[in-house]
Amino acid sequence: MTDDASLALAVRNVSHSFDARKALDDVSFDIAAGDFTVLLGLNGAGKTTLFALVTGLYHSRYGSISVYGADLRTKYLKALAKIGAVFQQSTLDLDLTVEQNMFYHAALHGMAKSVAGPRITAELERIGLNDRRRDRARQLSGGQRRRVELARALIHNPHLLLLDEPTVGLDIDSRQFLLDHVRGLCAERGMAVLWATHLIDEADDNSKVVVLHKGKVLATGTATAVIQSSGESNLRGAFDKLTQGAPGGKGKP
Amino acid sequence: MRAAQYLRAFLGILNREALRWLNQRSRFISALVRPLVWLGIFAAGFRFTLGLSIIEPYDTYIPYEVYIAPGLVAMIQLFNGMQSSLSMVYDREMGSMKTLMISPFPRWFLLLSKLMAGVAVSIVQVYMFLAIALIWDVEPPPLGYIEMLPAMILAGLMLGALGLVLSSFIKQLENFAGVMNFVIFPMFFASSALNPLWRVKESSLWLYRIYSVNPFTHAVELIRFSMYGKFNAQAAAVVGGFFVFFMILAVWGYDPGRGLIAKRGGPPE
Repeated sequence: MTDDASLALAVRNVSHSFDARKALDDVSFDIAAGDFTVLLGLNGAGKTTLFALVTGLYHSRYGSISVYGADLRTKYLKALAKIGAVFQQSTLDLDLTVEQNMFYHAALHGMAKSVAGPRITAELERIGLNDRRRDRARQLSGGQRRRVELARALIHNPHLLLLDEPTVGLDIDSRQFLLDHVRGLCAERGMAVLWATHLIDEADDNSKVVVLHKGKVLATGTATAVIQSSGESNLRGAFDKLTQGAPGGKGKP
Repeated sequence: MRAAQYLRAFLGILNREALRWLNQRSRFISALVRPLVWLGIFAAGFRFTLGLSIIEPYDTYIPYEVYIAPGLVAMIQLFNGMQSSLSMVYDREMGSMKTLMISPFPRWFLLLSKLMAGVAVSIVQVYMFLAIALIWDVEPPPLGYIEMLPAMILAGLMLGALGLVLSSFIKQLENFAGVMNFVIFPMFFASSALNPLWRVKESSLWLYRIYSVNPFTHAVELIRFSMYGKFNAQAAAVVGGFFVFFMILAVWGYDPGRGLIAKRGGPPE
């Protein structure tokens, strides 16, 4: 593995339990700047726990996590400043308008209104929702809320973007929009992305893949490399083979 | 992070609390109606049965409405503190608390900001209540309106911090209703909000002791004295001490590594 300071995210031997339930078991992987990494796992694989640890909502009991060299235990404020996150569960305040939600987020990153205002407009325009900025969040559809959450996560110009099952419950168009938009961000801004999903087709051949199953990492590498090392012809086959060989077996993603 | 950034974060939290308060009209109205019902109905009904002698800080005999007004001010703050905590539990369930918790500021600062924002909202409610209470001749000296401000800030911080501690214990929104009943009503009724301590002491010594150790009693007395331009040092010390104690517990409770949040069942997958 490379020097952690040069990595967008370095997860090293992380284990975490909730009482007797082991959610993560010796998880290690890393993400370089500009990487689009798909964290692939079934429901219950430990993806959300991993997100909670990377965003500092929980502290890992064992192992370490660092963001651009800032350890989450010792320099978590520095680490958090570089992270943008879209959680599986919506985190918008539904009683506030879209722009109130955005300004609230900007304030929580210490941004002045004069700086945040133009960025909010730019991000809302980018997702095609600038005309809805004065609508309350609860008036938006599920797909529109997701877009707003993504736009909000980008206001403070994060270097690492975390998305936990961002396309769950979205129609095909909204799903594709999000995927294309985030891939575009990687290319344009050199932003590192960790995209957690149980939908295999959200990883293309160029994506880096981390296969997480029952709290353990079963494979990491580009999708192509994971397919080749499994001896299968596609990522679905490789995923099936990896997870069927793992203790406890699996269901279809 | 620089001081200006801390200030912006605090103002953002304050603005959100204010917006939520204004948007939730039922909360806005009930915050006013509740103490007014106590003042206009309960106090009016009991004014002739509950005679009061001259006690500090009053210089003369006072009607019962005047006596319970500071208790009702503290009640507004107590309900507001619990309401603010309820919103923490709600935010946690709905997910929006993550927005707060992953911002790059220390946890203690975020919690304190949330607390101070709640206190600011409660103080606006108190002044609205006092303006209406003039109808019942609840009229402290003009300077009292200003002199009670620090007392309300301290009392509000203590009651809000207690709410934060409770919210860190509670896993689901439904559980909060029970805690509200087990905290708000005992705290309010076992305090000097409705009865002077001397009267309680005359009827039951052990009840008097319970009243005396209830931090809400001291919050009420701190506000009562300050409304009439007097300073109750003992009440201030007790309220300040409990604020620090509750705040330490709250910061511990919300600590991702050590607190109660970390010890619970973990996120859904």
